[in-house]
Amino acid sequence: MTVLRPHDCDAGTAQRQRGQREVFCGLTSIIWLHRKVQDAFFLVVGSRTCAHLLQSAAGVMVFSEPRFATAIMEERDLAGMADMNDELDAVVERLVTRRPDIRMLVLVGSCPSEVIKFDLARAAARLDRRLAPDCRVTSYSGSGIETTFTQGEDNFLASLVEQSAGHDGQQPARLVVAGCMADVVEDQFSRLFEQLGIEDFAFLPPRRSNAVPVIGPQTRFILAQPYLGATAAALQARGPRRIDSIFPLGEVGTTAWLSAVADAFGVSRARFEQVVAAPRQRAREAIAHYRPRLEGRRVFLFPDSQLEPSLARFLVTETGARIVEVGSPYLHRELVAGELAILPPGVPVSEVADVERQVDRCRASDPDLIVCGLGLANPFEAEGYATKWSIEFAFAPIHGYEQAGDLAELFARPLIRRAVLDDAPATREALS
Amino acid sequence: MKLAMWTYEGPPHVGAMRIAASMKDVHLVLHAPQGDTYADLLFTMIARDKARPPVTYTTFQARDLSGSTADIFRQACRDAIDRFRPGLLLVSASCTAELLQDDPGGLASALGGDVPIIPLELPSYQKKEFWGAAETFYRLVRACAGGQQRPEDVPANSCNILGPTALGFRNRDDVTEIAGLLEANGIAVRCVAPLGATPADLAALPQAAFNVVLYPEIAESAARWLQKTFAMPYTTTIPIGAKATHAFLAEVRALAGLPRLEPASLPGAQADRSAWYARSVDSNYLTNKRVFVFGDAAHAIASARVAANEFGFRICGLGGYNREFARELRAAAAEFGVEPLVTDDHLEVEDAITASQPELVLGTQMERHIAKRLRIPCAVISAPAHVQDFPARYSPQMGFEGANVLFDSWVHPLMMGLEEHLLAMFRDDFEFHDNAAASHLAAHSPAPAAPQAAAAGTTTATASAGAWTPDAEKELCKIPFFVRGKARRNTERFAAERGIHPITVDTMYDAKAHFSR
Ligand code: SF4
Repeated sequence: MTVLRPHDCDAGTAQRQRGQREVFCGLTSIIWLHRKVQDAFFLVVGSRTCAHLLQSAAGVMVFSEPRFATAIMEERDLAGMADMNDELDAVVERLVTRRPDIRMLVLVGSCPSEVIKFDLARAAARLDRRLAPDCRVTSYSGSGIETTFTQGEDNFLASLVEQSAGHDGQQPARLVVAGCMADVVEDQFSRLFEQLGIEDFAFLPPRRSNAVPVIGPQTRFILAQPYLGATAAALQARGPRRIDSIFPLGEVGTTAWLSAVADAFGVSRARFEQVVAAPRQRAREAIAHYRPRLEGRRVFLFPDSQLEPSLARFLVTETGARIVEVGSPYLHRELVAGELAILPPGVPVSEVADVERQVDRCRASDPDLIVCGLGLANPFEAEGYATKWSIEFAFAPIHGYEQAGDLAELFARPLIRRAVLDDAPATREALS
Repeated sequence: MKLAMWTYEGPPHVGAMRIAASMKDVHLVLHAPQGDTYADLLFTMIARDKARPPVTYTTFQARDLSGSTADIFRQACRDAIDRFRPGLLLVSASCTAELLQDDPGGLASALGGDVPIIPLELPSYQKKEFWGAAETFYRLVRACAGGQQRPEDVPANSCNILGPTALGFRNRDDVTEIAGLLEANGIAVRCVAPLGATPADLAALPQAAFNVVLYPEIAESAARWLQKTFAMPYTTTIPIGAKATHAFLAEVRALAGLPRLEPASLPGAQADRSAWYARSVDSNYLTNKRVFVFGDAAHAIASARVAANEFGFRICGLGGYNREFARELRAAAAEFGVEPLVTDDHLEVEDAITASQPELVLGTQMERHIAKRLRIPCAVISAPAHVQDFPARYSPQMGFEGANVLFDSWVHPLMMGLEEHLLAMFRDDFEFHDNAAASHLAAHSPAPAAPQAAAAGTTTATASAGAWTPDAEKELCKIPFFVRGKARRNTERFAAERGIHPITVDTMYDAKAHFSR
């Protein structure tokens, strides 16, 4: 485990503690990626475990023929009795026949496919030639030995960037916003950009697979999610410079983020203030509604999505909560430096924690609210702690001004619920 | 390589987890990457367990592969023993670690120490969850009970209950129900395993006279070994349904050396209401309703028998997803004169359901969703477990109370008899227009849209709408909407087979006469 103070967070030499981690693998991000890119199909090349993970994490979504599946490797594939490439081709054949509406097939690598060194990129190139132009084929790794949870999205976006060349004639976008957000949030940001006078912008990933933004040296980009290290590197390799900012969570985060964009595009302060004044006020009021519930409450965040430093910053600056520990499965130090700098000095930030010891620390600190994954939540509730499932921060629209109140509500809800159940008249009578 | 959008069973190591999580004082160290920890949520979210399952994952990463993942495994075993102090340690590998060939069993036994260690070989690329659970339970029973002495004077009226498991379908309540029935019949239940058992309890298994196997997919291999080793007989009747429960009690009473009794005088049988409900006049309309049954083989077979022999339905399809019990399933399908469906591909199941045109589907959560799409009433009878399969109330599937539960949960999705009759009488009243479903159906079937046409399209797409005369179309509309789809399909099939065109009122009644024979 790395425990670092915000001020020395760029040390980079901190040790990592071994021990069990309790996090999803990168395959899990398929669950929101396939909703976002509406003509893409995600085919995991993996094992029965991978298929089982997807359906367990996706829950009810699986029942309405989803745009993801697993090509499950079997004994004969591994024993070399069947040529893996031929087998994969047959699976893909079956898939595209069943789903002719698919325009982009994404092969997703898993632990087993990587351990046996199955060359997915080559398989994707071969299938791409075969299925062009109706369907593009691309690949990335979502394996649990390489990625946690949101890093799957990072790898997917990086692969989109790497392949976005070759559009001839198209002008590169001036602003690219990288990171999955709900459509409704993108639409809100689009309106704000337009009001700021920024017309030429694009979101990554796009809603349709053929709309991957063209990237040139003049493009500027900003990340909407803190976990996009590989995507940022892939973008920078193509020339664009990154607009640095904390992330658009909460009123403060959203204002800082929009302001960084406005500065990069030479928007005047006056115009900026005028554009954001109303939504900013709305966001403040919405958050203020929940502030009494959260103020002074002590919150412990387990590692899950890498959003944890941003969430902690939001809790501290906008709801008055106190942070006991911020866990994150990985820290892109450069990307979250701004977030960590805002946290009060002395807040422990842990990376790569041993879950058992972290559970011990959490119990010992006796927090008012625990933000953790689904595996840990009910056991903590049974011990009497209030918990918030962290997976919701990856699924629910939480970015931007209009969602700032919803974000506060996500943290406040478990506390409100406890109050409702504990303060119900029947309970009061029984206790009096 | 197999394309899977959804699977009925997880990998075999999830089966091992289910056994470990069922027991006390047992811990499993799983050589696995970090993402495999998702399996914890099956227990904490689906079953709402109050503790994490007793599993430690090694969570090795790519950069460990060049070094020694074996060291990581050894360290994880030591840490788990120190922290959890289990009475017994299971060790195994998930699909990824299997490829590394670190040999967890060998590594763990070289650790020394005084905690007994049982290595599990779970071939992830061949086998599935049930197999993994059965194998783990079998290994545990062998390791704990092997070498034990069977006492000379085992009381004949003593038994163990084998098979109930964490994440099993209604297992918690089945155990309560069956244990209660056994006790009422004067049979002592020594041990329930794996659910709630310790390694010491497993060691004491040979001290009972016989074994009650409630879930053969989990416990049959262990029960067979106990029979071979200690000459302990085991039961084969699955007590699902009132008749099967009578047969089960007859079987256990014989094994326990108790006198035979008439079904009605069996202790516990008085709780059965399902038999009377099935005979009450309101149930008349259940007669020969077409039922499609799919699930794990044991539940599917038992449910089909209840449906046909106790409620008077007609089985129009029977299938199961666990191949280990394909033979039993085929035999049962022959009983009902239907083609057995042994598959773990839910798309194939969907096709079979569509083709057999059932009026009720008994299946897993997946079939519930298929049925919902096809607008067919459905009840869930089998794992894979879903949060809805852990109801707060007492809701067994087995024993007499279980039979009552089956009657309620299978019949309520259907139209009530008297209600159906009234609907037909008042079909022209505005409340009973086509889009008004019976009020109690809201929870089970979605709001009516235009599904009949869609369903008809799958069978006789060519001879649809245009081929009906306006009079015939009007007459068709007088048939209550919930049977209209069937009437349309039958009439169109009848017309197509005979080359009749267009379909007239007479064709419709000819078809009705033809199909009602
Ligand atoms: S951790 Fe690896 S093996 Fe497990 S589900 Fe994720 S990709 Fe598949």
